[in-house]
Amino acid sequence: MPNHSASIQLCVQKLRILIEDSDQNLKYLGLLAMSKILKTHPKSVQSHKDLILQCLDDKDESIRLRALDLLYGMVSKKNLMEIVKKLMTHVDKAEGTTYRDELLTKIIDICSQSNYQYITNFEWYISILVELTRLEGTRHGHLIAAQMLDVAIRVKAIRSFAVSQMSALLDSAHLVASSTQRNGICEVLYAAAWICGEFSEHLQEPHHTLEAMLRPKVTTLPGHIQAVYVQNVVKLYASILQQKEQATDAEAAQAVTQLMVDRLPQFVQSADLEVQERASCILQLVKHVQKLQAKDVPVAEEVSALFAGELNPVAPKAQKKVPVPEGLDLDAWINEPLSDSESEDEKPRAIFHDEEQRQARHRPPEVDEEELARRREARKQEQANNPFYIKSSPSPQKRYQDVPGVEHIPVVQIDLSVPLKVPGLPMSDQYVKLEEERRHRQKLEKDKRRKKRKDKERKGRRHRSSLATESDEDIAPAQRVDIVTEEMPENALPSDEDDKDPNDPYRALDIDLDKPLADSEKLPVQKHRNAETSKSPEKEDVPAVEKKSKKPKRKEKKHKDKEREKEKKKDKEKKGEDLDFWLSTTPPPATAPIPVPSTDELGLDAVPAPREECEGPRGAGPEEEDAEEPDQERKPSKHKKKKHKREKEERPKDRKKSRQRPPGPEEAAGEPVQNGALEEEPLPPVSSYVLLAENSHVRMTYDVQGSLQRDSQVTVSIILENLSGSFLKSMELNVLDSLNTKMARPEGASVHDGVPVPFQLPPGVSNEAQFMFTVQSIVMAQKLKGTLSFIAKDDEGATHEKLDFRLHFSCTSYLVTTPCYSDAFAKLLESGDLSISSIKVDGISMSFQNLLAKICFHHHFSVVERVDSCASMYSRSIQGHHVCLLVKKGESSVSVDGKCSDSTLLGNVLEEMKATLAQC
Amino acid sequence: MIKAILIFNNHGKPRLSKFYQHINEDTQQQIIRETFHLVSKRDENVCNFLEGGLLIGGSDNRLIYRHYATLYFVFCVDSSESELGILDLIQVFVETLDKCFENVCELDLIFHVDKVHNILAEMVMGGMVLETNMNEIVTQIDAQNKLEKSEAGLAGAPARAVSAVKNMNLPEIPRNINIGDISIKVPNLPSFK
Repeated sequence: MPNHSASIQLCVQKLRILIEDSDQNLKYLGLLAMSKILKTHPKSVQSHKDLILQCLDDKDESIRLRALDLLYGMVSKKNLMEIVKKLMTHVDKAEGTTYRDELLTKIIDICSQSNYQYITNFEWYISILVELTRLEGTRHGHLIAAQMLDVAIRVKAIRSFAVSQMSALLDSAHLVASSTQRNGICEVLYAAAWICGEFSEHLQEPHHTLEAMLRPKVTTLPGHIQAVYVQNVVKLYASILQQKEQATDAEAAQAVTQLMVDRLPQFVQSADLEVQERASCILQLVKHVQKLQAKDVPVAEEVSALFAGELNPVAPKAQKKVPVPEGLDLDAWINEPLSDSESEDEKPRAIFHDEEQRQARHRPPEVDEEELARRREARKQEQANNPFYIKSSPSPQKRYQDVPGVEHIPVVQIDLSVPLKVPGLPMSDQYVKLEEERRHRQKLEKDKRRKKRKDKERKGRRHRSSLATESDEDIAPAQRVDIVTEEMPENALPSDEDDKDPNDPYRALDIDLDKPLADSEKLPVQKHRNAETSKSPEKEDVPAVEKKSKKPKRKEKKHKDKEREKEKKKDKEKKGEDLDFWLSTTPPPATAPIPVPSTDELGLDAVPAPREECEGPRGAGPEEEDAEEPDQERKPSKHKKKKHKREKEERPKDRKKSRQRPPGPEEAAGEPVQNGALEEEPLPPVSSYVLLAENSHVRMTYDVQGSLQRDSQVTVSIILENLSGSFLKSMELNVLDSLNTKMARPEGASVHDGVPVPFQLPPGVSNEAQFMFTVQSIVMAQKLKGTLSFIAKDDEGATHEKLDFRLHFSCTSYLVTTPCYSDAFAKLLESGDLSISSIKVDGISMSFQNLLAKICFHHHFSVVERVDSCASMYSRSIQGHHVCLLVKKGESSVSVDGKCSDSTLLGNVLEEMKATLAQC
Repeated sequence: MIKAILIFNNHGKPRLSKFYQHINEDTQQQIIRETFHLVSKRDENVCNFLEGGLLIGGSDNRLIYRHYATLYFVFCVDSSESELGILDLIQVFVETLDKCFENVCELDLIFHVDKVHNILAEMVMGGMVLETNMNEIVTQIDAQNKLEKSEAGLAGAPARAVSAVKNMNLPEIPRNINIGDISIKVPNLPSFK
């Protein structure tokens, strides 16, 4: 590949301009592109380290994450501490756990990359890890634990420091163990316990640590951690025993044994099988030791023999590399196959494994020395950074030790300029300082040396020496650590497979110790059998009367009652209706009552003046009352008597639902509106009643309402007001039926008969009568001619009078206010079988709020949602047509888009609405 | 490839969602919720790109979003899409909506859901960007609307006839037409504007 360094350089420079830009988007994209270049040309990106570090402080999380990605390629031996320190401050500041976790993994990634290539001081690294354990709510406890184990095992020189840190960690386990969630920070205790047990010879106060590990609190930890605790307690115990016996302190030795015998039973009771098994096994062992001790038999040797030898990490591929012993041919038949089947065997073998491949894998055992030397040479480069092959301690792989070219690999030689034991928990910062000092010293020395050299060859290569000061290689590690190789079988065959990705930090962590103990680690949670949750409401809510009955039939009713109870509760909150009223009701309504807003909930200012008077007569059967208008109870008592009488009269005629008032805008807007609070604005009192006819005796105003319960029926409420001084009686209303619209008459009456008005009117009194009409098609407005005939009686006598009128059934009157939730509304519109139409009205000065109220009131719509000056509304016709509106207010105009299952109905409704809006 | 287009308001209520790969309904809802949580807590003056949205396809994906008044427009894309390109696409989409629905509002997305999907289909098909020229998109949408209107013409005829009758200039017609003794009263219709 040709070298494009010049163009890459230019590219990186341009990207720097992007990153420096104040536009966050450009900054992000610059970093994104940088990270792509980093993969191929790390050097050219590294020169912009300052900028990237700066981005780490950005307030934008996306940018910080991008910068973090880049950091990976930025680190060197020189700046690792500095960068990690910076990251640690971010960890403290970070608020979101996801970002904090990201930081944590990045810190570990950066430090452990290429086999800890950039770490010069492992004490510092251990302290960083310990500091990270103080993070709360992280999900990467296992990562930290794995790092601790890896470092403690592979870096021998650090073990004593690591052990002291880990014992401190165990001592303060209560801080860490507070969250016992899976993969939580408590995982580090796993590593801590293992390290303290395995390297117990480095412990300062083994007895103290032993006690810390046997605390009762430990039993709250996850099972797999407890198991490790139990196992390592014995290791500790063994080393203490040895110590005490060497000091011939039999009493102390027995005391330790007693401690074990006292504390181990808590683990034996564990719910986790692994813990239980290990603990009971060890308990028996310790008891046996106790017996021996009582007889003054030295036992320490034997107990520590249990844990003799050193555990070395096993390379993940070790098994594969076990060489095939001389003379073993796995492909050879042990017994000659039967001659019959041989020919059949041939075929499948050819399919499943290629013989040639097999031969290729099976290396010829004897390779001449030259070939070996050549291979070794080729591998040397890759092995430079790979500790798997550099063995400084006695190991089976000795032959690699004397291979030239590994001098630059750190070898045991502890520089004691740094104290190995730091009391208490470490503060990683101190290492940074120490490191600086150390480097400074080194540099001075080097400078001195260089000066001498420089003096010698001053004329020569000046530039070279100045360059050299900057290079990383100048920094000698503070602690020369030997990185222990992972254990390999004898005569392991070296292969290149291991080196596929030397940068992958996790490859080194493939230690089997880490393996979770499958499901057994989960502590079973004590649980009661599920109590019936539904018991209480049902039992409590059903009144005592219901309880008595045991017939299965009642069950259904109970359920219904419950439903009603619920409903009742809802209502009760609002109005505090008395219970008796509800409980006294006869059979519950067969159909679940549609949540129709009752009059009480209406905006009161929207209630028209005549309503007060007509409230009484608006009679309804008790059924309807209980379902929908419990507040009728509140009616003035003087009306009550009258009402009952009228009820009797009306019931046989029509068992109609009591008429629903269109809800006031506040109510209609109430629940479904989710956006934008409705501003409170007093509405002018309005009435939906319009003048029907008037003469000197009587004035008629009327309103037409439909109800969802009865399709194709509408109720016309007519308020009759006596204007004269005479007594009006024998009122009779007659309407000329059309094909489409017919008045409901008492049974047996002909179409020409009138319907009597069920009351008489004394002078100055007004009252409301209701008449039912059957409508076939509701998509068009209708007009019916009619006559009211009555007898006006005064002191002078009675006269027969007539008043003609025209009943106008607008399309609006067929609509019934129906609340609709926005989700259902969206679904309805999505279904796509609605026709669309729209109108626009100019010159509107009314506020949007009042406008909506007006539409709600006059056209029986309810607001589904409202956003600023835009609202969606819904209504339904008595025959089930959906009508959806989108009302938008512009500067001085209002546009209404409508969708409806019937286009004619929609057109007419919109026309009517246009007329209403035009008056605004 | 664009994996998903999500539009929701400041309260997290989804207004439009379009997924260009099969994801079951529950997961879709979960994705919308998660995306809303990610996006809503970001300041106004930070960048418009966001990593995460783990549910759709993993780490390769990015959320590119814009916030307009009450709505968040979020595009979930994989790494093959240009970030700035998508930002621009969002802008085009919003401008097109504004052109098609005057004074566009989030409720338009609900009410005219079919049209919004049409617009989107003009711009993005199967996760690939088709068209970024707003004029081109608007032309197509207009043509579509015209077609719809001509189809709706037959069904809407009666309604139009009725409104035509109502809108006749009634005052010019004599109130009472007397032909012999037959008196036909012309209804006193309310005058419409």
